[in-house]
Amino acid sequence: MNERLFSGTFAIFCFILRRDRLRAPLWLFALTATSLAVALSFVDLYASAEERQAVAQTMVNPATTALIGQGHGLDDYTYGAMLAHQMLGMTALTAGVMSILLVIRHTRAQEEDGQLELLGALPVGRLAVPGAALLYVSGLNILIALFTGAGLTVLQLESITAGSSFLYGAAIGTAGIFFAALTLFVSQAAESSRGALGLSVTGLVAFYGLRAVGDTVNETFLYATPFGWLQEMQVYVEDHALYLFLPVAAAVIFAFSALQLHRRRDAGAGMLPARAGRRDGGRFLTSVFSLVFRLQRTSWMFWALGMILLGAVYGSVLSETETFFAEVEIIQVLIAAEGDTALIDQFLAMFMSVLAVAASIPTLLSLLRLKSEEKRGRLEALYTLPVPRLRVYGVYVATGMITSIIMLTAAAAGLWGAAAVTMEESFTFGAVFTAALVFVPALAVMLGLAALILGVSPALSPLIWVYLLYGYIVIYMGELFQFPDGMDYTTPYGYVPEYPAEDVAALPLVGMVTAAVIFAALGAWLYRRRDLD
Amino acid sequence: MLEMKGVKKTFGDFHALSGVDLDVKPGEVFGFIGPNGAGKSTTIRVLLGLMKADAGSAEIFGQDVWRDAVEIHRRIAYVPGDVNLWPNLTGGEVIDLFGRLRGGFSKEKRDELIERFQFDPTKKCRTYSKGNRQKVALIAAFASNADLYILDEPTSGLDPLMEQTFQACVAEARAAGKSVLLSSHILSEVEKLCDRVAIIRAGEVIEQGTLSEMRHLTRTQVTVETATPLTGLAEFSGVYDLTESGAQTSFQVDTEKLSSVMAHLAEFDIMQLNSAPPALEDLFMQHYDTKEGGKTHE
Repeated sequence: MNERLFSGTFAIFCFILRRDRLRAPLWLFALTATSLAVALSFVDLYASAEERQAVAQTMVNPATTALIGQGHGLDDYTYGAMLAHQMLGMTALTAGVMSILLVIRHTRAQEEDGQLELLGALPVGRLAVPGAALLYVSGLNILIALFTGAGLTVLQLESITAGSSFLYGAAIGTAGIFFAALTLFVSQAAESSRGALGLSVTGLVAFYGLRAVGDTVNETFLYATPFGWLQEMQVYVEDHALYLFLPVAAAVIFAFSALQLHRRRDAGAGMLPARAGRRDGGRFLTSVFSLVFRLQRTSWMFWALGMILLGAVYGSVLSETETFFAEVEIIQVLIAAEGDTALIDQFLAMFMSVLAVAASIPTLLSLLRLKSEEKRGRLEALYTLPVPRLRVYGVYVATGMITSIIMLTAAAAGLWGAAAVTMEESFTFGAVFTAALVFVPALAVMLGLAALILGVSPALSPLIWVYLLYGYIVIYMGELFQFPDGMDYTTPYGYVPEYPAEDVAALPLVGMVTAAVIFAALGAWLYRRRDLD
Repeated sequence: MLEMKGVKKTFGDFHALSGVDLDVKPGEVFGFIGPNGAGKSTTIRVLLGLMKADAGSAEIFGQDVWRDAVEIHRRIAYVPGDVNLWPNLTGGEVIDLFGRLRGGFSKEKRDELIERFQFDPTKKCRTYSKGNRQKVALIAAFASNADLYILDEPTSGLDPLMEQTFQACVAEARAAGKSVLLSSHILSEVEKLCDRVAIIRAGEVIEQGTLSEMRHLTRTQVTVETATPLTGLAEFSGVYDLTESGAQTSFQVDTEKLSSVMAHLAEFDIMQLNSAPPALEDLFMQHYDTKEGGKTHE
């Protein structure tokens, strides 16, 4: 590769910095602050070595191991070992997401929007744009590594030493650089930026999954994934710094190959041809409902998978309830124990309320597509056909309800599955399923409120997220921070019976369904009357 | 067929439409022209029942455009200037979806139009250019058996060859007795296709009629070369933009003054005379000269 291929790289690099002058600092802050905040919280949460060892015990179960890794130094679970075990993989994963998004934003997305064409007509080298993007994302990852290392050192926590902390930062940074190079490489194969994003994210998830398989089934797999390499560094325990060379070497190989491919590829084209799609509508695409179903099915699949995993995490934690409760003070506060009700029942109800708040996110997202469809001018196409407004509105509300049931069922399935594997005396699926579905009316109220907001003005829709966040804080943190009892009743989640600790009372459920119907009907009335954007 | 009377629409303080009257008759192609921001799209959005008029009445097929929108939409087809489609559906899927939702959709007509517009329906909408997205809407519209076509700058992304195909489709629709409301910036297209024209400015229809009715308002561009130097032309009323270069003189003249000016020119021994018919462009410019407006300018 001669240098003419790269001429103009620095100018484009500066241009990228200008475009991302807000975005880059935000990523840097978010990724650095998370590690620091978690490290600090350990000191408050687990003051003594006994408490730390108690936590270490709850970590040893298949679901947790699959999710965050087997960890090292569990027999002497220092703050450093805890940080590396619980945070390194997740933070590296987040750095990978950041690198993927940023590399695509500055390469394929630009190519697709035609900005690359404008740059390409200037005297810049063929590789200047991917070169500058790689330089920028790598630089940002190096900054994250340095800030994390320095920040952790400054905290002066027991067992979190300077050398290990910088190694911890470097592990996150190299993971980011690895995924930046991988993204540039796989995106040569795709024809669009969305295709590139899909391929890269698939790669990221596959590598993370490979680590999970390595941790639970066969350790050999750990050597085939960067997440395995980072884990085997055993930061804060053994500090095997040499493992850092693996992701770096892989990144160099990917980057070099990507640039070679990029040099040979036509602008806007992919190495893999885009598959031809359907010529016609097929038998399925015949109504507004089938259109909405078609538009949402992919995100349903991903969210349902996420809910199953989240449910599984809580399910595996359930099995450790007794030790958890006995040894960790904070949970004792969380669960306002009421006499002889089995603690595990209360745990199930509490976990379900958290899962219900999580399930509210895809539920509301599903409905709020009505807003983005309006904003992007796609509803116009529907409303100029003989399609009544109320049908579209109704289909979106109904789709939201279906989403809520799918997501709660997925969470229940994940929780029940993990509990059945890890618990000696588990719940029946019916009990878990009921505990999940009693939340359907609460989600319906959230959905009804969101629908009402859309009827008034789509611009107000962020309000529903504020209310959801408020609900989360009240439900999850309320007892911990000793909120007044009445506050529970300011969110729909507070009205849900704590099944199986309590019986399912019909009155609040019927009341919530009624409220939801009134909200949605009022929203429909307003929606039919307002101008569309 | 389509009738609007005194339709008003305000957005806050802004009067987007301040009394729009339109009248499209069965079987005619009706041109709707005006500069950006004059209220063309707002008018069309009211007609489509996407926005509710603040005052006035708007009816299509004798039904109210807001109240009976769904009934009306069974018999109309709309093509916007900027077509927004679902990125992960193919063009073919969208065409069929539109056809099925509207009803009365012909597969044969669809395939024939795909052929005529040289359109590839197997690609995802996200990969289509503006022109190709417009083809999706055009094919879906012309494959329907609508009675009224509402077309809002439908050819802004098409190449000249496809524009011809579009014009042929409009001509066929008219031959089949359908009505077309065509909003356009391409004046030659309006001139070629439309039976009648309405001009909108600042939310008001200021002129409506057949092209020949409106031509009396316009001037003729004359370029003349005379053997003896031309004098006295500046004194004529109805003569504008007089410029001389050597023996050649060019000016604009009001149509009703044309014969007296010609008589005057004849006295100077005409060597060459060139007169251009009033183009819609001139008509357009004349009406949208916001400084003074109308025929009395200068």
